[in-house]
Amino acid sequence: MTITPGHWLALSAALFTIGLIGVLVRRNLIIIFMAIELMLNAGNIALVTFSNLHQQVSGQVFALFVIAVAAAEAAVGLGIVLALYRNKETVNIDEITVMRW
Amino acid sequence: MGTAIAFYILAALILTGGVLVITAKSAVHSVVWLVGTIIAIAALYVVQHAEFLAVIQVLVYAGGIVVLYLFVVMLVNLKRPAEAIVHPQRRERTGLLLGGALLAQFAAVAFYAFNSPQVGTAATYSARGNVEAVARALYVEYLVPFEVASVLLLVAMVGAIVLARRDA
Repeated sequence: MTITPGHWLALSAALFTIGLIGVLVRRNLIIIFMAIELMLNAGNIALVTFSNLHQQVSGQVFALFVIAVAAAEAAVGLGIVLALYRNKETVNIDEITVMRW
Repeated sequence: MGTAIAFYILAALILTGGVLVITAKSAVHSVVWLVGTIIAIAALYVVQHAEFLAVIQVLVYAGGIVVLYLFVVMLVNLKRPAEAIVHPQRRERTGLLLGGALLAQFAAVAFYAFNSPQVGTAATYSARGNVEAVARALYVEYLVPFEVASVLLLVAMVGAIVLARRDA
């Protein structure tokens, strides 16, 4: 019952897929942002796994940068959500069709 | 053996948490499940000997980002259900199918390319410990990206303030 890097990567892949399905299927913009956070976390798990596999801390440093970018993304994205809600009274992406074909 | 037990328990927690995040009816429940998932991922980092990253994960995600999400969920006070209207061109089954295809590809790569046991997980990369190793890499090797990340955070902060201002 040894845990290979494949196990960690499979977990990362499963979490990424859950996030992707959330982005594709849900219509509430806030929940879509949370699904994006799940995908970023899945990427971090893969980075830490490779960091362990190659015995180098670079992967963990990259994961820190990903967390910083996730924080920036959450701040700007939720600002956009608030601006949209103020203008259109909705967070449903199927109602926000102004910039669609 | 201990690693295997910890891995399977944490993997179960993370995956059920993730599924509940994207299936929860109300956004508040989603946020709560997201906290659980993030804390389980932090525990996973501890198992993988990335202790500093685990601490940062709890501080930044569970302490900062999730609170931001909760604020927005509370501020956005909807009069009708958030997902009442469905666009006629929406194809949810295609989304699920694409997700399944991606998972199959990822799983194939993970199991065929990386199925040898990990070499020396127990040993940290330097005798000094994880925090010092990460700090050395972050402030020596990756100093320029670190500074760029600080500029990115500053720009994001200004952008968020401009976007959320009432008389923008």
